[in-house]
Amino acid sequence: MDISFKNVSYTYQPNSPFAHQALDDVSFSIPSGTYVAVIGHTGSGKSTLIQHLNGLLRPTTGTVTIGDFVMSRTDKPKDMKALRSRVGVVFQYPEHQLFEETIAKDIAFGPKNFGVSDDVIKQRIDDILPTVGIHHDMLERSPFELSGGQMRRVAIAGVLAIKPEVLVLDEPTAGLDPRGQRDVMDMFYSLHKKEKMTTVLVTHNMEDAVKYADHIIILNQGKKYLEGKPETIFSDEDTLQQVQLDVPEVIQFLWKYEQKFGHSIPYNRQSITDIAQAIKEHIKEVGNDE
Amino acid sequence: MRQKLVEFRNVSFRYDDDGPWILNDCSFTIYENQSVAIIGHNGSGKSTIAKLMNGLLFPQKGQILIDGKEVNAQTIWDIRKDVGMVFQNPDNQFVGTTVQDDVAFGMENRGIAREEMMKRIEDTLTAVGMQHKRLSEPHRLSGGQKQRVAIASVLAISPKLLILDEATAMLDPKGRQSIMKTVSHLHEQDVMSLVSITHDLEEVMMAEWVIVMNQGEIWAEGTPRDIFTRKDAFHKIGLDIPFVGKLTEALRRADVSITEEPLNHEELLEALWTFHSKT
Repeated sequence: MDISFKNVSYTYQPNSPFAHQALDDVSFSIPSGTYVAVIGHTGSGKSTLIQHLNGLLRPTTGTVTIGDFVMSRTDKPKDMKALRSRVGVVFQYPEHQLFEETIAKDIAFGPKNFGVSDDVIKQRIDDILPTVGIHHDMLERSPFELSGGQMRRVAIAGVLAIKPEVLVLDEPTAGLDPRGQRDVMDMFYSLHKKEKMTTVLVTHNMEDAVKYADHIIILNQGKKYLEGKPETIFSDEDTLQQVQLDVPEVIQFLWKYEQKFGHSIPYNRQSITDIAQAIKEHIKEVGNDE
Repeated sequence: MRQKLVEFRNVSFRYDDDGPWILNDCSFTIYENQSVAIIGHNGSGKSTIAKLMNGLLFPQKGQILIDGKEVNAQTIWDIRKDVGMVFQNPDNQFVGTTVQDDVAFGMENRGIAREEMMKRIEDTLTAVGMQHKRLSEPHRLSGGQKQRVAIASVLAISPKLLILDEATAMLDPKGRQSIMKTVSHLHEQDVMSLVSITHDLEEVMMAEWVIVMNQGEIWAEGTPRDIFTRKDAFHKIGLDIPFVGKLTEALRRADVSITEEPLNHEELLEALWTFHSKT
C-alpha cells in the first residue's frame, strides 16, 4: 500500500494551555514495497507520525492516505478495523503488551480479532515461528517465562500473524544486546524482501537506517528536515550537524580520511571489506606516484 | 598499588536450587577509583554481578568483599551506603514528587542532617547539570534527565562505588552522550569507583578495565585495547566489535599492515599514515 502525507499537522490538546504541535506541515510519499527509515530525536514527532499510519491519530490539518484509506480531521475511514488489519505496528517494548496464558494464544489474539479462522491462524503461526526463531515446543508455555529477547520475538510474531501489508517498527531493537539487535533487524529485512512488505522503521540509530532503508526521512521539531536516499542524505555534514544527528560512524571516518589524505572515498553502502580495499588502492596509488 | 574495593572470590550463583548456574566460579577485583566496564550478551550474568555487589542477591558459593567487608545479611545496610546503583529504566526508580525530594530520599533513609542534605542536593544536582529542575516533577523530565537525577540521588549518599546497570540503554544518542560525559566528569573529580554494565561499545572504550562475561563465566579481562584485539573470539560469544576494529581487521586482510591495535578514528588514520609513508 502506498503511503502519503499531505501537509499533515497534528496538535495535542488543541485550544488549551497544554496545546502542543507535534507535527508541522509534513508531506512525503512512500511507494508500496519501500523500506523507509524515519529518524529524529526524542520529541521530533516520530511517535506521533507512527500513530497516523494506522489511524490511532488523525491529522489536525492535512491528509494521510494509506492505500485506499483517507484520513483527515473530517474524514475517517468507515472501516478502521480493515486499515488496522493491513498496517501492523510493532510499538516500543512490544513485550509489555503480552498478556495471554500461552504463547500460542498471544500470537493468535490479533488475527482472531480480525476474524481469521482458527485453521488459518494455526497455519500462520507455523509459518511465522521459524522466522522469529521461536521453537514449536514452546507454544504452550507462558510468554512470561521467556527471556526479554524471546518475549520480544513472540510479541513481534503476534503482529506478523495479522499478515500486514505495511509493517511499522518503532525502535524495535531498544534494550536488546548487539547480537539480538542484529538478528531482529535482519529478520525484518528478510521479511521485507520476501513478502515485499512496505516497512517503516522509526529509529534514532543512523547505522540501521543506512544499512537497511531505501529512503530516509529526518524529522526535527515536528517538521520534515531532510529526505532522500541513504547515500546522498549524509553528503551534507553541516546540515546534519545542525540537528545534532549522529552521522554513521563509517561516514564520519571517510570524512576524516578525506581531510587527512586529501582523497575522497564516496560512501554508497559498500561493505567494510570494500572500504578497506578502496583505502588500500588509494594508498598504493599515492605510493607509486611518489 | 591501589586499594581493593570489590573482590569476588570464586562466586557462584543460581536462582533455584535445581536451576542452572547463572554465575560460575567468578573471581575478579575492582580497585579504588577504577572505572570498569562489564560486557557480555544477554543472559551472560552481568546484571547478576551488579545485584550481588550491593546485596540484592547473595551467592551460594564463594565470597564477595566490598571494602574488606563480606557481603551478607548483617552487613548489607552498611554496604549499601558504599555502593550506589542506577538501573536501566529511569521510570522505575523515582519516589519523590519533586526532583529535590527524590535526591533527598536516600539521604533521609541514612539519617543525614538537614543542612548537610541541602548542601548535597545542591552539589549533586549541579554536578549532573539538573539544578534548574530541582522543583520539577520527575515524570515530566526526558529519559536522559531522569537518569541524571537518578545518578544525583545515588551520588548524594557519596558512595565509594557507583554501578550503572545499562543505565543508558533506553536513551537516545544525545541522552546517552550527556550521561557518559556527566559520569566521566564525576569520576575524574571524586574518588569513586565506577562499574558500568553495558552493551555500548563507546562506554567500554572509556573504561580503564574491561571484564567480558560469557555464559556465567569470566571470559576475558583487560584494558579495552587488549580486549578488542580478540575480534574473532568476540563474534563467537555474541558480542559486536567497534567499527574501528572491524575496519582494521578488513585492512589487514587486504594486506595493509597495522601493527598496533587502534582504538579510535585518529589512531587508525595515524596508522594508515605511517603505512602510507612507508609504501
